[in-house]
Amino acid sequence: MKSLGSIRRTFAPWNNPEAKPYIVFDGVTKRFGDFTAVDNLSLSIHEREFFALLGASGCGKSTLLRMLAGFEEPTSGRILLDGQDLAGIPPYRRPVNMMFQSYALFPHMTVEANIAFGLKQDGMPRADIDRRVGEMLKLVKLEPFAKRKPHQLSGGQRQRVALARSVAKRPKVLLLDEPLGALDKKLREETQFELMDLQQELGLTFIVVTHDQEEAMTMADRIAVLDKGKVMQVATPAEIYEAPVSRFVANFIGNVNLLEGTVTGREGSALRIRGASGGEITVENAPAGVDHGDVAFAIRPEKIKVSPHAPAGGAGNAMEGEVYDIAYLGDMTVYLVKLADGQVVKASALNSARVTENPLTWNDRVWISFAPDAGVVLTR
Amino acid sequence: MTETTGIPIAPAGSAATPPAGQGLPQGGFTASLTSRLVILIPYLWLLLFFLVPFLIVFKISLSTTTIAMPPYEPVFSLDAGLSGLLAGLRDLTVDNYLWLTQDALYFNAYVSSVLIAAVSTFLTLLVGYPMAYGMARAPASLRGTLLMLVILPFWTSFLIRVYAWIGILKPEGLLNQFLLWLGVIDAPLQIMNTHTAIYIGIVYSYLPFMVLPLYASLEKMDFSLIEAAQDLGCTPTAAFWKITFPLSLPGVVAGAMLVFIPAVGEFVIPDLLGGSQTLMIGRTLWNEFFANRDWPVSSAVAVILLLILVVPIVFFQRAQARAQEG
Amino acid sequence: MNASLSRFNIVSLVAGFAFLYLPIVLLVIYSFNESRLVTVWAGFSTRWYVSLFSNRGLMDAAWVTARVAFISATVATVLGTMAALALTRYTRFRGRTLFTGMVFAPLVMPEVITGLSLLLLFVAIGLDRGFLTVTLAHITFSMCFVAVVVQSRLLTFDRSLEEAAMDLGATPVRTFFSVTLPVILPAVVSGWMLAFTLSLDDLVIASFTSGPGATTLPMKIYSQVRLGVTPEINAVCTILIAIVTTGVIIASLLNKRREVQRRRDEQAALRN
Repeated sequence: MKSLGSIRRTFAPWNNPEAKPYIVFDGVTKRFGDFTAVDNLSLSIHEREFFALLGASGCGKSTLLRMLAGFEEPTSGRILLDGQDLAGIPPYRRPVNMMFQSYALFPHMTVEANIAFGLKQDGMPRADIDRRVGEMLKLVKLEPFAKRKPHQLSGGQRQRVALARSVAKRPKVLLLDEPLGALDKKLREETQFELMDLQQELGLTFIVVTHDQEEAMTMADRIAVLDKGKVMQVATPAEIYEAPVSRFVANFIGNVNLLEGTVTGREGSALRIRGASGGEITVENAPAGVDHGDVAFAIRPEKIKVSPHAPAGGAGNAMEGEVYDIAYLGDMTVYLVKLADGQVVKASALNSARVTENPLTWNDRVWISFAPDAGVVLTR
Repeated sequence: MTETTGIPIAPAGSAATPPAGQGLPQGGFTASLTSRLVILIPYLWLLLFFLVPFLIVFKISLSTTTIAMPPYEPVFSLDAGLSGLLAGLRDLTVDNYLWLTQDALYFNAYVSSVLIAAVSTFLTLLVGYPMAYGMARAPASLRGTLLMLVILPFWTSFLIRVYAWIGILKPEGLLNQFLLWLGVIDAPLQIMNTHTAIYIGIVYSYLPFMVLPLYASLEKMDFSLIEAAQDLGCTPTAAFWKITFPLSLPGVVAGAMLVFIPAVGEFVIPDLLGGSQTLMIGRTLWNEFFANRDWPVSSAVAVILLLILVVPIVFFQRAQARAQEG
Repeated sequence: MNASLSRFNIVSLVAGFAFLYLPIVLLVIYSFNESRLVTVWAGFSTRWYVSLFSNRGLMDAAWVTARVAFISATVATVLGTMAALALTRYTRFRGRTLFTGMVFAPLVMPEVITGLSLLLLFVAIGLDRGFLTVTLAHITFSMCFVAVVVQSRLLTFDRSLEEAAMDLGATPVRTFFSVTLPVILPAVVSGWMLAFTLSLDDLVIASFTSGPGATTLPMKIYSQVRLGVTPEINAVCTILIAIVTTGVIIASLLNKRREVQRRRDEQAALRN
């Protein structure tokens, strides 16, 4: 069977028309004075999803999260949780818990007391609280630190306390605001996997706000890319990467080549596109109904082959060019190839062998080639 | 958002950019009993015990003095009803204000008070600025101790410290004894009961009020700016006047207001250290009230003093409000 | 940020502090003076301390002052904290400008005006002057100082702590008492201490608003100063200074110890 990307995903309730979404943003707008943070945004999130809100700062992702948590009320539109409209319900009465970017640990309480705080507010009996706190400490591996205060902990430990505190009440939905921002790279990678494991184990719905695309791609089942308060695309990481719907999304995630041109004709499912220099490419994956006009073919660097010889017999689209710049990254090599019309194309190749025969160098004449379905056609 | 009668609480702020943590939110569900109480209780207290008394002072300044208890008339009471109220209103008079304009004593006292306060404020700035600057430049470990040392006298009695100066400034006092012993002077200096004594007293008592805001302002300053200026060819003095002083201006203003305004109406210092030659309006008011038992005239004196001070007070409040936002 | 102290800086610091402390030091020294005269040293003696305790008038006044200060400081702290909350948390309510004005004005208002106006209020509403009126007057002007101190702490307070508490199910009231108050407690306590000192020290307002049987210590000292001083006054002052100094020194030592401990904890955490 074929699927986009390299992973076979079994969990995909959004593809099931029968499934009712757990969280719904229905035409939500939020204005602060004349600044519109969220603009008529609609989004559905399913139960047990690990959902990421991805975007640059100011795109409205944090505002969305805060509205779901109850710290802001939408200017218009509704937010539904399990079918119930959350309007007017204060944060302390919503079955939603949040993990704050700054962790917001109570400095005057011990780790135990921090974790127990939410349980105390619910009036849980003392013995049950102690038991649950113990479970949480074991979950985040902080048992020896139970009696410490936040300032006696390292950054990574504080993050785990914040996490334990936010899941202690077993909320149906956990909101995470840039949870890994303050950690160093190595810790961040470890924690990404830990969060994913935790989410599976507890069976919760996670909504993560992040500006880091790697984070979103690694952890999320689906990602919503936001820009200026609007949703640009909601899809799985593979779909976002291999099938972006706009130049914005294509540019936002990873590296991409946008080959601009005009449609000259259709051949069955493939489009012929003529570029500025007159060269023609034949590509698949065009949106329905497109047979004329200006388009861009978006293709990722790793899908482009660079070779000193012309590709054998029409194996795909090919163009001649000169090696303009090379970056050796160890695990891969990135080539910037300048084509005849001046366009610069980025191609990358995995260094799967230690020793290369006839390696390329600057100013070499090369051929770049790619398969017709190696990218997508974008109209916007 | 439901609004019941009472102080309406508007929805969340209208900042131009989305605010970061907001804490206790300002939206619908906080139009609740607790938030109203938190605002109402201190509000009502201040209305009753701060604002209303001013209105009463104003009303009494329009009354006439009598030998009675209370020693003024008309006295408004609910028994007299509306007609009694109207009759009382007709009895109000501006005689007290006219009286103030007739006797040069009062005018002189106002002028003298403002002048003395102004000079004292300036002197306090002269003494306080180098101290604050020294503290701001001191090594970080020392700064806490220095701060404590500045605040410590403030915790001890103001009255007592002023009283201590009597013993120092008297003709037979310690200062004169010291100077005589040094041989600097032949006869004791007459400092008590002069303007100089009052200056010393005010500077001494209000020094922490000047040093603290100045220190707060100077401590925030980035001293590498001075280094940059000197690197570009500025002399240290010029660097001070062009960079340090202007940047410390908020602290200067705050300190000056905290000294000047109360100093105008100061009573204890002119009473203990000053004499019959030193006219200050605070003392005049006190005497009118306690010695002459003339409540209406004291009230008129207070009203005029307040009018004189309204401009600096509003200025101070605006500066505070701006500082809080900044 | 370099911290170099030029000679000018050092001189001005030393001179400034000498100026501040000289009268206090002299006061203390002369409280042990055998002679009655403030200016002639006649030998070390503690007789004034002894006679102080049999001075009924001074002792009563001290007791009144202590009670007024304690009660007014406590009530002023509650009211001032509320006012600070109102100013920082609720940015829009009708009459906010008036409220802000009323909170900041007493900071600079000459005491003769405050005292006179409060007295006239009490007379107008028929309240007899005495312990209650003095306390009410002190609460009124102290609460503004407390409000300013607490407000400046609230401005730097991390609001996400309150949001976290509410997110975990605490109502705004519970949030204040479980999270906000414990964290701003040092500011609230210094507000209380400030209010206590202001009350302890006040002469003018107390003179206007107090009544028979409620003579405060400053009023008593002032009346005696006018008549002619005995070094008993010095003795009282020295005792007060000693109490305050000890309190402040202990507080700052405790603070310093807490800071050192905290830093040590943070270092330990990094090593783990």
